[in-house]
Amino acid sequence: MNAPPLSIAPDKRTNVSTRFTVPGMRCAGCIAKIERELPKASGIVAARVNFSAKQVAIEHDRTLDEAGLEEALLKLGFEAHSIAENSLGDEPKERKVLLRALGVAGFGMMNVMLLSVSVWSGADGATRDLFHWLSAMIAMPVIAYSGRPFFASAWMALKYRRTNMDVPISIGVALATALSLYETITGGPHAYFESAVMLLFFLLAGRVLDAEMRERTRAGIGALLGRMGKSSSVIGPDGSVARIPASDLEPGMLVLVAAGEALAADGEIEEGVSAIDNAMLTGESTPVSVGVGSVVHAGAINLGAPFRMRLTRTADDTALAEIARLMDEAGQSRSHYVRIADRASRLYAPVVHTLALLAFAGWMIAGAGWHQSLIIAIAVLIITCPCAMGLAVPTAQVVASGALLKRGVLVKDGSALERLAEVNTAVFDKTGTLTLGEPRADIAGLDDKARGVALGLAQASRHPLSKGLANSLRQAGVTAANIEAIEETPGEGISGRWDNMPVALEKPDAASGDLASLLRIGSKAHTITFADPLRSDCAQALSELSASGINATILSGDRAAPVQAVANELAITATAEASPADKLSALAALRDAGKLPLMVGDGLNDGPALASAHASIAPGTASDVSQQAADAVFIGEKLMPVALAVRVARRTMAIVRQNFALAIGYNALAVPLALFGYVTPLIAAIAMSLSSLFVVANSLRLAGAAK
Amino acid sequence: MTGLAFLIPIALGMGLLGLAAFFWAMRSGQYDDMDGAAVRVLIDDENDIEGDT
Repeated sequence: MNAPPLSIAPDKRTNVSTRFTVPGMRCAGCIAKIERELPKASGIVAARVNFSAKQVAIEHDRTLDEAGLEEALLKLGFEAHSIAENSLGDEPKERKVLLRALGVAGFGMMNVMLLSVSVWSGADGATRDLFHWLSAMIAMPVIAYSGRPFFASAWMALKYRRTNMDVPISIGVALATALSLYETITGGPHAYFESAVMLLFFLLAGRVLDAEMRERTRAGIGALLGRMGKSSSVIGPDGSVARIPASDLEPGMLVLVAAGEALAADGEIEEGVSAIDNAMLTGESTPVSVGVGSVVHAGAINLGAPFRMRLTRTADDTALAEIARLMDEAGQSRSHYVRIADRASRLYAPVVHTLALLAFAGWMIAGAGWHQSLIIAIAVLIITCPCAMGLAVPTAQVVASGALLKRGVLVKDGSALERLAEVNTAVFDKTGTLTLGEPRADIAGLDDKARGVALGLAQASRHPLSKGLANSLRQAGVTAANIEAIEETPGEGISGRWDNMPVALEKPDAASGDLASLLRIGSKAHTITFADPLRSDCAQALSELSASGINATILSGDRAAPVQAVANELAITATAEASPADKLSALAALRDAGKLPLMVGDGLNDGPALASAHASIAPGTASDVSQQAADAVFIGEKLMPVALAVRVARRTMAIVRQNFALAIGYNALAVPLALFGYVTPLIAAIAMSLSSLFVVANSLRLAGAAK
Repeated sequence: MTGLAFLIPIALGMGLLGLAAFFWAMRSGQYDDMDGAAVRVLIDDENDIEGDT
């Protein structure tokens, strides 16, 4: 509509593509609705849904901005958040590399197996040698290509004098290949190429599942610092105004902040009176009135009139950047966490390698000759190689995270599930976590006309109370009345004319502590009260947590009185007026007391705490930074998913342990055979596939775990 | 045994063909939205001019 008149035909350069996460898509109807209805809005050319990632890619006119598109989606009934293009980064690439390696391993496995089966069924002499050579020619490049992820990771671990799951895998594969090559060259009877390739195939399947899970949820979670202002209008000494990107701003600059604009730096107001939304910093939805001399922070949104501010701290100096840095440091402690697979391999690898070494030594002493002894030692390595163990963890975690996703909990990765299973105390933020975090209007006292007028007025304003009122009214199915001459006075309210009567939605006269606004229609006035209610199943969720041995406590940045009120209602302990640093030290104190805390919070001020806690969960309404810092995000108005996530995580770890027992037990049965030199490539292949099958089947039992 | 001279290249060729098909499918985004493909069949075509779903 605002396209330059020259380009009548749709010009490709005027269209850009923006991606949004839309967690609310649940069915085919949602896809159809978005893809059909969205292009009908002006400026939108096409929309394409990716249902797995819960994303919509919108091709639209350059003149439409993200806020406009989000609103278009909201009109269809879907809440959406834009995704910064670069935030998706390397993850899909990693999965593609693994998938390609899996494809190559699958190809190699099938062809080598074809040749091996012929050898097992009795081919010998020249035919067997030919088949071994053919197997070698297929297997060598396949192992070199598909084994890279394991070799690289094992090499990294060894370089830092550590060991992980990939070390025994790499040693097993390399030795099996080397032995098979030797056998092939000398015309020996047994080659283990198919074991090596099959091992890689099964393990890669596990890795692909692991990467798939991380990608799916990471894509569903918004971008870091996405809402911080990206640029500011700087007023030069000569009065000219120029847009300057956030990174080039300097302290001392005078900046003009338009209504609805996000602040890009910290500063002090020099001229103007307004109200700002600090939700991103504090998680509190109530707007804060500001005037000359008030200190405002980057990330805040100007809800009222334009004002001028003198910048004091910019770029990496802002309070927002400070919190991001705190989070970064807090997250360091978590990176020391050792995944269960690696812990298992720390115990498993030495046992296996000692066993192989003992077999070699034993047969040498028994006088079997070094060739025979080496073959037996390598057979031990192959038969105990943790093939099913590579699947034990990822299969269980993928099935569990899929089950949780269906119930509205997005778990970021496998390590998050492992840590969630271990927590034994829970720390909750209040606003936005235990409560819904948005003001809900009590509209019971309004008649139909008043409701229509209220919606007509409320939807014209960006004020959080207006937004909350408009939400409540829309949910009640109210149609907006047509209000003329709408005018908004910052700090006062919004007014207009309806049916030749002056109407207004304004600040109540009495300065009471409660949130309320006054609806005036002609000479009549109604007071609409707002409350930030507790999530409806708070008590239930907390009691389920305590039933599983997790005691909850509140740690809030809010004032003491409201925090205590909530604590009394839920009968749990509480600490109020905690700064981000206080929250960090409270968590550190819990850790020192030997507890493993679960942090549940939404505000940016919870960010460092979320990053440092043993495990953390954020609601879907949380600030971007908090969602990024948390291990899991839950969607919806219930708190139960928190308890559910912990329960499913514990069940998952139980299954993982069973899988380990199955995998090790199964291999242990074959070890005596290997030790006494009876393992042929056929037995190795059967043992490997059967144990993998058992592990996968056992993991699938988790599919119903979230019910 | 001379049959092997034909059969083995054929088996390998078919395997490679499958691998190439897999790579093609991955590059053209067939695996990008697995759940979406499963539910898209349930969408009714409202107007038959746009049959691109």
